[in-house]
Amino acid sequence: MEIFGIPHQAFLGQLLLGLVNGAFYAMLSLGLAVIFGLLGVVNFAHGALYMLGAFAAWIMLDKFGINYWFALVLAPLAVGAFGVVIERLFLKHLYKLDPLYGLLLTFGLALIVEGVFRELYGASGQTYPVPELLSGATNLGFMVLPNYRAWVVLVSLAVCLGTWFIIERTRLGAYLRAGTENAALVQTFGINVPMMVMLTYGAGAALAALAGVLAAPIIQVNPLMGSNLIIVVFAVVVIGGMGSILGSVVTGLALGLVEGMTRVFYPEASNIVVFVVMVLVLMVRPAGLFGKEA
Amino acid sequence: MKLNAIAFALAIGFAAAASAQDTGPVKIGFITDMSSLYADIDGPAGGEMVKWAVQDFGGKVLNRPIEVLTADHQNKADVASSKAREWIDKDGLAMLIGGTNSGTALAMAKIAEEKKRPFMAIGPGSARLTNEACSPYTVHYAYDTVALAKVAGTALVKAGNKNWYFLTADYAFGHSLEGDASTVVKANGGTVVGAVRHPLNASDFSSFLLQAQTSKAQVLGLANAGGDFTNAMKAAREFGINKTMKIAGLLVFINDVHSLGLANTEGLQLADSWYWNQDDASRKFAKRFFDKYKRMPSSLQAADYSVATNYLKAVQAAGTTDGDKVMSTLKGMKIDDFYNKGQIRADGRMIHDMYLYQVKSAKESTAPWDYYKMVAKIPGEQAFTTPAESKCALLKK
Repeated sequence: MEIFGIPHQAFLGQLLLGLVNGAFYAMLSLGLAVIFGLLGVVNFAHGALYMLGAFAAWIMLDKFGINYWFALVLAPLAVGAFGVVIERLFLKHLYKLDPLYGLLLTFGLALIVEGVFRELYGASGQTYPVPELLSGATNLGFMVLPNYRAWVVLVSLAVCLGTWFIIERTRLGAYLRAGTENAALVQTFGINVPMMVMLTYGAGAALAALAGVLAAPIIQVNPLMGSNLIIVVFAVVVIGGMGSILGSVVTGLALGLVEGMTRVFYPEASNIVVFVVMVLVLMVRPAGLFGKEA
Repeated sequence: MKLNAIAFALAIGFAAAASAQDTGPVKIGFITDMSSLYADIDGPAGGEMVKWAVQDFGGKVLNRPIEVLTADHQNKADVASSKAREWIDKDGLAMLIGGTNSGTALAMAKIAEEKKRPFMAIGPGSARLTNEACSPYTVHYAYDTVALAKVAGTALVKAGNKNWYFLTADYAFGHSLEGDASTVVKANGGTVVGAVRHPLNASDFSSFLLQAQTSKAQVLGLANAGGDFTNAMKAAREFGINKTMKIAGLLVFINDVHSLGLANTEGLQLADSWYWNQDDASRKFAKRFFDKYKRMPSSLQAADYSVATNYLKAVQAAGTTDGDKVMSTLKGMKIDDFYNKGQIRADGRMIHDMYLYQVKSAKESTAPWDYYKMVAKIPGEQAFTTPAESKCALLKK
């Protein structure tokens, strides 16, 4: 049996791989959407935070022998704390200004962080081994799926669902959303809004770092891994609708699939297909698929 | 009126450049990938090697100080060519060294030819530089895709790996390497089943590898380099491709082997022009490099040093920095240093020995960076494009 001229087995395999990449896009764009939706900051440092997460995991293993499972918790915490520092030192001064200032600031920070890591570790990257428990692969009949990649999809989906739940369905999420609508009013109810905002940025950074730790065993951990990805992730967020959490998750997964299919039918275009989709979507729905028209 | 003014300005510019060429410092420019996927195999350390060569030469030639300029081309041909043009027009650059990336090198070679300045291609792989696109001013010094294909490809096909599928970086270098390797495979009685082309600096190789796997070929030829090569290798092992296909890295640098680790690269056969542990002079150079960078030099970095030194020798011998005279002196010289021994042919191809190495297992490796054992030494006449195969007009006189 063939689908569009390729054997259905290969086709199913490619769909699955697209889903794996989509899971990364979803998780990264989720962090971006949370930060933009609640803080109004266009966080260009997101790629660098993702890279920091991967490097934190690698350094923990290489220097301190801390294994993957601990790194999965510790690295996001460390990077989240770094995010809090960024928010306190720089970002909090910019909330009243045009979002452009936040964009420029985070872009500059990303360049600095990447530059420092390039200087320290070079560009060829470091190898992070797949954890023992998840090594090996499962034969699905139509393809051999490395167990680790299946794990990545599961974790990403769980994290996306959890984040959506916290923001849309819990009291804390309600405070957050209210705080971004009208900080002064919410503060009169005795809620510490600046603290909430700070923790939100930290949480967004931690999400990026978690994606980084998950990616470490798949690709070479290198200083450029974030900047290679960030533009695509921004496109995902724009297509999904800036700030829409559901939008970024759904779009992330969908674009992973679209990109995967492009790699089969016309590989040369796989780097730009996301942007073609972005242009088409914005022509029809300028606020993105799930965005609210202003 | 306006045209006159422009012509006048240009005339002044040329006059200034011309006079700077005779009296001021002799300027050597080095343009490479300083920050992206090829930065470790050449990059800033490559620029430093050119500076070391100048220092060791005494910092002066023809009683004029020597100055080294460096720039990052970001793997963009337009950035490379506009920087080269600016250096030549504005700074009166005497010679240009081109680091990694064939696309940028082909663009710079054109500028160098137009301005009659020697252009030394070190890192770019594409054999087009001395073949279809050859110029009297281009020297291709370290290696090229023909040599890589002949040395690594022939060995693999002769060992019974007849059936190939290529994973190719989608730009000048990848296309050259895929083409040259296909020629070698077919010439030795093998077949090429197909190829998939991935964008430069691709982050995820799983889809491409899955396509390679469904091809049922015996050999997966990786016609890419640097970060693309390491990520492809890593994914190939993850998906178990190395169990069903033999993976052939057509361009592998020692930095890639180090980065992936011996566990991931053991047994890999590769072609290169130089290895740090090949003789005393090489080890001495490597130690000096290691003391500064805490890693061993790649063959490109050794070649950067060598080409700058030999260029300065040629300037000294010719008594001028004039492009034509230096080139004819350089092509008449025997090149003999720690990097390699050989001679630059009329088409600009430096003909020297190439080596086939095999990556050691962790057990066999006795010291840090002790990665290769030599399998074969292939004389330059056999490794590179032969005059009969060449499409370069300069060889047809």
